[in-house]
Amino acid sequence: MAGNIHLEVVTPEKIVVSEEVQIVASPGSLGEFGVLSGHTPFLTTLNTGIMRYTDLNEKEYYVFVSGGFAEALPDKVTVLAESAERRSDVDLERAKAAMERAEKLLAEERSREDIDFSRASASLERATVRIRLVGLS
Amino acid sequence: MATLKDILLKISAVKKTRQITKAMNMVAASRLRGAQTSMEAFRPYAGKFSEVLGSLAQRAGEEANPLLVPREEVKNVHVVLCTSDRGLCGGFNVNLIEKAAAFMKEKADTGIDFSFTNFGKKGRDWCRKEKLQIDNEHLGVVGASFGFNTAATVGKNLVDAFLEGTYDEVYVVYAEFASMARQLPVLQQLLPIPPIETGGAEEAGAYMPEHICEPSTDSLFGDMLPRNVYVQIYSALLETSTSEHAARMMSMDNATKACSDMLENLTLVYNKARQAAITAELMDIVGGAEALR
Repeated sequence: MAGNIHLEVVTPEKIVVSEEVQIVASPGSLGEFGVLSGHTPFLTTLNTGIMRYTDLNEKEYYVFVSGGFAEALPDKVTVLAESAERRSDVDLERAKAAMERAEKLLAEERSREDIDFSRASASLERATVRIRLVGLS
Repeated sequence: MATLKDILLKISAVKKTRQITKAMNMVAASRLRGAQTSMEAFRPYAGKFSEVLGSLAQRAGEEANPLLVPREEVKNVHVVLCTSDRGLCGGFNVNLIEKAAAFMKEKADTGIDFSFTNFGKKGRDWCRKEKLQIDNEHLGVVGASFGFNTAATVGKNLVDAFLEGTYDEVYVVYAEFASMARQLPVLQQLLPIPPIETGGAEEAGAYMPEHICEPSTDSLFGDMLPRNVYVQIYSALLETSTSEHAARMMSMDNATKACSDMLENLTLVYNKARQAAITAELMDIVGGAEALR
């Protein structure tokens, strides 16, 4: 069954994706899930990770998402994320810098404050995923 | 009586002032456009967010989350005061500060300790002058470009402090952008989160019940509540920024008009004075000629 779904990826700053697609796969907090047209209504939080979708011309796209949730309806998928970037928009240099910074923080100040620790590891995760995304072919 | 030269000097000074106010008006106008674009961009997210939150609130269990439970004894109240960094925007900051002051007065006799998070220099300066406790200050945010991150970081600190019991209630004071000519100071409760509007109960009820939720309705709800605080702070900051630029635009427009009026008057005075001088000179000459005859 080759129905289309409308995919929307929205952040507080802008609408990142809004188009008709065939399939969406995103990193849910309990594991990756795929959505085709006719999916049961479904709501989940998202992990930091890479979302994939295939558009009507069988072309595959990757989008970085972090800190949000996704809602799937039979004909529509809405992703609300705190940050989301298409692969072409990822700033590799910035991600690398962020990774270095986070690693340094984690290495030297592990004992200091657990709040800083969780923040740094979250930032490390985001940076790693971004770098991985750019490396994907 | 001012001499001709004095008046000329005054005229050129007013002209220069008018040029400056005109330029500031145009700068504010272009910044306003930017701020409005950010507000537009935020709307789809905010709309969807409150829709989902509302329907989750209906389904989540009672007293599901400590963020929702009011404290029995309120001793420490925290206010997030959003003002601008810079002045020359009419009564904008004064109105916001008065709102905060009125709120404090209202609660003054109950022995509550107030503390502040300041966005914007004007509010901070006021807090310093009044010797109020400032827990946090963020300059260069309102009126400039900022991301959701800023709001999320501040929001996270507030939520953490609330959960630790440092604050019993958290409010935000910001300027709502009602229209180009009207910006309303608004006081809003952030924490504990006031009962969430489910927005058209039947509609929301029909919308969600068959959703499968992962991990679970309650934990999804728990995940969204702090985020709701961030969303509100972000929206307060956006509104305040937009309002600031609108207020500055209006007041600069008024200033430009006042300058033009003043110029008109001064030119009139100048012309009269010049004419009087010419007349006096003529009289002299005529008088002199008469005497010689």
